[in-house]
Amino acid sequence: MEKFTTHTGIGVPLRQSNVDTDQIIPAVYLKRITRTGFEDALFSAWRKDPSFILNQEPFNAGSVLVAGPDFGTGSSREHAVWALKDYGFKAVLSSRFADIFRGNSGKQGLLAAELAQDDIELIWKVLENAPGTEVKVDLVSKTVECGNVVAPFEIDDYTRWRLLEGLDDIGLTLQHEEDITAYEATRPSFKPKTLPARIQ
Amino acid sequence: MGKTLAEKVWDAHVVRKGEGEGANAQPDLLFIDLHLVHEVTSPQAFEGLRLAGRPLRRPDLTIATEDHNTPTLDIDKPIADLTSRTQIQTLRNNCKEFGVRLHSLGDAEQGIVHVVGPQLGLTQPGMTVVCGDSHTSTHGAFGALAMGIGTSEVEHVMATQTLSLKPFKTMAINVEGTLRPGVSAKDIILAVIAKIGTGGGQGYVLEYRGSAIRALSMDARMTICNMSIEAGARAGLVAPDQTTYDYMYGRPHAPQGEEWDAAVEYWNTLHTDHDATFDVEVDLDADTLEPFVTWGTNPGQGISLNEAVPFPGDFGDENAKLAAERALQYMGLEAGTPMKDIRVDTVFLGSCTNSRIEDLRAAADVIRGREKDPKVRMLVVPGSARVRLEAEAEGLDKVFKEFGAEWRFAGCSMCLGMNPDQLEPGERCASTSNRNFEGRQGKGGRTHLVSPVVAAATAVRGTLSSPSDLEPASVSASTTTDAA
Repeated sequence: MEKFTTHTGIGVPLRQSNVDTDQIIPAVYLKRITRTGFEDALFSAWRKDPSFILNQEPFNAGSVLVAGPDFGTGSSREHAVWALKDYGFKAVLSSRFADIFRGNSGKQGLLAAELAQDDIELIWKVLENAPGTEVKVDLVSKTVECGNVVAPFEIDDYTRWRLLEGLDDIGLTLQHEEDITAYEATRPSFKPKTLPARIQ
Repeated sequence: MGKTLAEKVWDAHVVRKGEGEGANAQPDLLFIDLHLVHEVTSPQAFEGLRLAGRPLRRPDLTIATEDHNTPTLDIDKPIADLTSRTQIQTLRNNCKEFGVRLHSLGDAEQGIVHVVGPQLGLTQPGMTVVCGDSHTSTHGAFGALAMGIGTSEVEHVMATQTLSLKPFKTMAINVEGTLRPGVSAKDIILAVIAKIGTGGGQGYVLEYRGSAIRALSMDARMTICNMSIEAGARAGLVAPDQTTYDYMYGRPHAPQGEEWDAAVEYWNTLHTDHDATFDVEVDLDADTLEPFVTWGTNPGQGISLNEAVPFPGDFGDENAKLAAERALQYMGLEAGTPMKDIRVDTVFLGSCTNSRIEDLRAAADVIRGREKDPKVRMLVVPGSARVRLEAEAEGLDKVFKEFGAEWRFAGCSMCLGMNPDQLEPGERCASTSNRNFEGRQGKGGRTHLVSPVVAAATAVRGTLSSPSDLEPASVSASTTTDAA
């Protein structure tokens, strides 16, 4: 995973709550078996509407999405994160993220930064009054800057550390393989196994 | 101090404790007892293993099925959609290469992954269960800690049989009282989500408690736990009891003989201690609950079926007001319209929420001896090939077919637009599924989430209806279904 320390890019105000992952990427695009190439799928239903924010310059070149509360609800599809990244987004700001989406973002190096809703509203105003304004997201100091707004954001220390270091989760866990093996030896024998298959 | 059920299950699976305390503690490394796999969220994970040269650590704790992409008609023919066919074939190749048990289309154990696990007896109390699907919360009905995960985590579980998980908060959902006739588990969970909101459960594991929950069957408990994710919860669970054990006993992968006794002894410890405390408690009165239905485009936008479409101005919060305006526009609804005046084009009975045998029985009981509104199309899609066989053995297929409904093969079907079963733009559907998001059931489709009996009554009248709105069934027609 690529390291993330700071990013500065055009902010995109998405004044909407409950942006579920079916909106971020509709199910029809989930049939692919690759991990990249989902940029066309991002918000594909909404992008058919010419007035949608990503169809307007300079927002179409944005890389920091500033969304309403409850972003990423619904389906666990990590494709939502892949689509945001493939389009060019490096960070999403919201006052509340769905847990699975937040987890998926952390695995893929997309920064999900949790801000107070009041700060989101201030940033929306800056971006709407001066389209093209850049947002600076600083993971080291856990702050966001946009125009005259400077706001702190929340992210858990563990995800922050992994993002700053660009660490691969599986590699980290396998450092503790002895612990896994030791745990396996203690599991009760009544716990089910899928193999060999028992059929009714 | 005592522990909650969720804390007990969690603690029993800690391979390695994370350092630190509180919100910024490092995650614990938890062992995963069962990993369910399907075709959509697994190909990139298998590919990741291959690229890193890693084996799949525990094929004996992993099981796969085909459900999201699969057609529910002509299942003996090659899948017409080429990308769907490729994804299914990729799963088959991957399962073969990594030694994973797979139940393919046409197999008697194929079906929606969350229906297959429990019916095989693989989902048991006190387990950790994961799947690359948010509705994994379903398995919490057994007192298992069951969570939906993303593809990176799927790969992590494949490689290590563990997950790094951050501590959770606990929420009790207390449902006391007795449900009235025509009110069911689906109405409980829709009412809970309407009450706490789509983000209300965020960071929490919900435990459903109280006399109304204890009175529910396993199929009904699965319906409730299934939709925990629609409240944003990390998981939802119900403490195991005799109802759980009766359901499990004799299932193919349930423990047998002395193992069964040892398991029950352990399962009996899986309840929230009397002196344990929840971070939050929410109460719902079962006595006064009415059939529930959604009017908007997220599962929290629900009301009693007897009410009218709300006015956006009624919502105090500015975001909720905007969301309501947008939802009404998408749904093609006018505020103030009685919900029961809303006419539907399609009724969908199916999905991991409501496609089990009891769901089919409940719907069949409503339509038996009645006629379908001729303008309404009704799809009945059993959750698994096994449920389909069971329903046919009871003659339920005949009830649905005589009524004029389409009797399909098992799969996710019209719950999500990934297979041929989709709504047309503007088409309105009363659906027993779990999500009323824009376009979820097909581009431009409009979804009202309902229970199986409301779905059935709606198919009779053509407008959103509860069974109590129906005229008495004709006596002569009911004699055709004595096979049940």
